[in-house]
Amino acid sequence: MKIKIDRPINIEIKHMTRVEGHGDIKIRVENGKLAECVWKIVETPRFFEVMFKGLPIEMAPILASRICGICSISHALASARAIENAMQIEIPEAAQKARVLAKHAETLQSHTLHLFFLIAPDFLNALSVIHVIKSNQRLVELAAMIKGFANNASDLFAGRTTHPVVIKIGGLTQVPRKKQLRELAKDLNVTIPYLWEALDVFKKFELPDFTRETEFVSLKGGDCYPFIGGDLVSSDGVRKKEDEYLAMTNEYLVDFSTSKFTRLSRESFAVGALARFSNNYDLLHPKAKEVAGMLNIKPGDFNPFFHNLAQLVECFHVIYESKDMIAELIDSDTSEFSIPYKPEQCEGVGVVEAPRGILYHYYRLNKDGKIEEADCVIPTSQNHANIYYDLQSFVEKLIAQGKGEEEIGHLAQMLVRAYDPCISCSVH
Amino acid sequence: MKYLGITLERPKIGIFDFTGCEGCQLQIANNEASLKDLFGLVEIVNFREISSERRDDYEIAFVEGSITTDSETARLKKIRKQAKILVAMGACACSGGVNNLRSRFSLPETIKEVYGEHHIDSGPVRKLKDIVPVDIELPGCPVSKNEFEWLVRNLVLGITPQFPTYPVCVECKQRLNSCVVDMGMICLGPITRGGCNAVCPRNRFGCWGCRGPSDEVNFESLMEIHIKRGFSEEQVVERINFFNTFSGIFK
Ligand code: SF4
Ligand code: SF4
Ligand code: SF4
Repeated sequence: MKIKIDRPINIEIKHMTRVEGHGDIKIRVENGKLAECVWKIVETPRFFEVMFKGLPIEMAPILASRICGICSISHALASARAIENAMQIEIPEAAQKARVLAKHAETLQSHTLHLFFLIAPDFLNALSVIHVIKSNQRLVELAAMIKGFANNASDLFAGRTTHPVVIKIGGLTQVPRKKQLRELAKDLNVTIPYLWEALDVFKKFELPDFTRETEFVSLKGGDCYPFIGGDLVSSDGVRKKEDEYLAMTNEYLVDFSTSKFTRLSRESFAVGALARFSNNYDLLHPKAKEVAGMLNIKPGDFNPFFHNLAQLVECFHVIYESKDMIAELIDSDTSEFSIPYKPEQCEGVGVVEAPRGILYHYYRLNKDGKIEEADCVIPTSQNHANIYYDLQSFVEKLIAQGKGEEEIGHLAQMLVRAYDPCISCSVH
Repeated sequence: MKYLGITLERPKIGIFDFTGCEGCQLQIANNEASLKDLFGLVEIVNFREISSERRDDYEIAFVEGSITTDSETARLKKIRKQAKILVAMGACACSGGVNNLRSRFSLPETIKEVYGEHHIDSGPVRKLKDIVPVDIELPGCPVSKNEFEWLVRNLVLGITPQFPTYPVCVECKQRLNSCVVDMGMICLGPITRGGCNAVCPRNRFGCWGCRGPSDEVNFESLMEIHIKRGFSEEQVVERINFFNTFSGIFK
């Protein structure tokens, strides 16, 4: 007779690597059963909602960008938009376009960083991109060139790659000159083939097979794939206006995390590339749809590891859409990029799709143009509950498959990484 | 090849983060063109954000963020003990940076505003220097990626790094920017130390002083310039306090 020995499993990963911010994983298996499985957020809070208080509104986008070094452009945009919505002003068209282009540059920057630097090492059996240089130098070169383009585009449309300087209330401090736009367009055309080459590498990665159905929350695009403003939608059928964000987020506190958790129609929901992709597939650029076909991913796919595939699809979307938009900007009048405003007592919400998912900023101002109250709901805080429940169900599956401690620890980290969590941002 | 009496050949470096936005460390990964050269020049043995390798035999520590909890204090002291050279990286580490904006309110008030009655471990905002000796301060919010690499090259070669002390205005004029003060904006360029290539005024945006004071700081004349153009004293003071980089010299 064969005796099954269930060795206890004790996994404690403190300050998980290759993610932004500080999070721990704790897994305990006793008698073959999952006894404990937590995704613990230990990041120290910075209390941004308090920092905003009493500051003049002009400072809001500048401070907001410091919530996150990776998605600083999204924070500045959500912040400026919230205050513009509050004062009911509409920024000039050229500024709207240039803002979307800044957003695209950030999405490409952030997705490339995640895919090439943080995710790829897992599939190439390397500890980090530094080690990948030795084993797969071409991939690192491609990453450098694609990211280099994204950084140049951020410099041009946002003033720099981290912590933008051109985004201000009422529009932008400037839009790029036509000559600069033409140069960037050339740079973009050179970059597109690199992305296709990288796709060939990523196509070969074998993603773990795991599915847990969930609710996808994102912006809903009208005539284009959504990045800045619009209706809020969930795949379980909830639809709300931009300023009804609290109905979508329902934040609550848990005792093992300094980040708040959120819920909507079920125990958890997911935001980010896969949610956007699933809720807005029809609006993707044809080239991005082609890539989705090659990667075999469809709307309604729930494997959380597909987040990475959706990010790759979005890289194609943003680069091809940027190409069209830069051409439009070259052919249009860009002399107006900012409008004057007068502060009044009011409140407003600004919503953007940050690289990691839907991001909400809310402010209440007084008539002197000072901030009285602020609220920011971050994509990763909305994903924490989903990661938490995914992790339990994933680890249970791995136990049933008889996987050992080391492999479970490794795969659990890969699952968390798939969400591209931005933990310091989620705690803010 | 010595710095502070220490011989460094392909020194081992560690990059660590505390309470901040991680934007400073991101600058290291952001210089894609020279990233490979950088990895050749130094051995990165600890960089949690991008690597799963974690060794504790580093000689130079780059530390980002402010210190706000006891466990952070303990972790920083441990790093200080190991590192021969400790570099405070960015405004959060050097001066508390934007984190300091919450110090306008009491701690219990602050925690209550965000977490209600929920228990949260957090103390006052402190810069690294408040806790351990710091050898080099790399200024900025974020630090400049070129300056980071320049600093690393200097350390490898054993040269004591000399940061610019002239004001941002010098680089701004070199780049032939139009002065934003003349366009009706506040600019702290005249009192802030250069080295960022005047990136903000270059983009028609006033300087916010993220790099801290230049060698000669004249608050009175800065104030006068702005008041003459219709700004209030309060507006200029708010700006000076934003990154907390002038604390100690400005009251
Ligand atoms: S100094 Fe600025 S960029 Fe660096 S960590 Fe602090 S907030 Fe982020
Ligand atoms: S814009 Fe600012 S930094 Fe440039 S010259 Fe004027 S005051 Fe000096
Ligand atoms: S111009 Fe001023 S605020 Fe901008 S990066 Fe330089 S020192 Fe910092």
